[in-house]
Amino acid sequence: MIRGTVLIAQEVCKGCELCIAVCPQECLGLSEHLNIRGYRYVRLIQETCTGCINCALVCPDSAITVFREPKGAAKKTVVVQSTP
Amino acid sequence: MPELKPTNGFEEVFRKVQTLTDTPMHYCPGCGHGVVHRLLMEVVDEMRIQDKTVGVAPVGCSVFAYQYMNIDMQEAAHGRATAVATGIKRVLPDRYVFTYQGDGDLAAIGTNETIHTVNRGENILIVFINNGVYGMTGGQMAPTTLAGMKTTTSPFGRDIATMGHPLKITELLAQLPGAYYVTRHAVHTPTAVRKLKKSLRMAFEFQEMKKGTCFVEVVSNCPSGWKMTPQESNEWMEKNMFPYYPLGDLKVPKVRMN
Repeated sequence: MIRGTVLIAQEVCKGCELCIAVCPQECLGLSEHLNIRGYRYVRLIQETCTGCINCALVCPDSAITVFREPKGAAKKTVVVQSTP
Repeated sequence: MPELKPTNGFEEVFRKVQTLTDTPMHYCPGCGHGVVHRLLMEVVDEMRIQDKTVGVAPVGCSVFAYQYMNIDMQEAAHGRATAVATGIKRVLPDRYVFTYQGDGDLAAIGTNETIHTVNRGENILIVFINNGVYGMTGGQMAPTTLAGMKTTTSPFGRDIATMGHPLKITELLAQLPGAYYVTRHAVHTPTAVRKLKKSLRMAFEFQEMKKGTCFVEVVSNCPSGWKMTPQESNEWMEKNMFPYYPLGDLKVPKVRMN
């Protein structure tokens, strides 16, 4: 599976939960704490992110930056494991 | 904004474009305005026309649009954005000009300007955000408010007999010969967002070809005005707004884009 991760600008997030609703991996959740503007911000709660950018597309505040594992990297690890 | 770095060899696949400023947006949580702002600026960034684009901000929730878009912008009087955009386009015909208006601005006080601008076929792009209420002033009834929809000025629901029918301004404008490309979109799902971005890109390219007025309506939500959570408002919009304002192209030119 392709691995990815998101970086959420906590002080920009308004906790509208639209990204949580569209995440196919259900890896986003609201924090216990409030940010400087008084909102519960969104954070990663599971390591199942695939970097599909669905959350970033619907984010009204452009608070999400998405990273994804390069395509070749996954294949490389498979080759290394099968050689011995 | 903190500096973002890729972690453990991951490559960056999505980040905020540099054509948006770092000012945090004042919109309510879950408002569709932010997504449309970002898509417009992504298109400007992709086409590399940041120094050649002029936007016209309206009066309404998006009155501060010039604080978020890192391009040349002009504020217009209430409803007069298309008239101002006409002037800018005629004086500077090589610039890409767009207006960004809500339903109170475009379909109520600015109906006259809008219809005549489209009828003249000015080479501008009009982005119309339709959420069925006056969001900025506290959720009053707009011309586009649905029948039976409760707002602060129609507390028992919009009564067709006394308040008239919801105005389908996009269908109205699609009939005018000056309109070149008329379409209706939404921003509630990732698929809808991708479609809207394609449409905006096409509209900017048509403007380059000097074809006529492009009109892009975005049916959006207003969680605060509708008194719902963002997720509920999106579901309500799908159930109630889309049957009356169906998504899709209303007028598509026959030329094939490459």
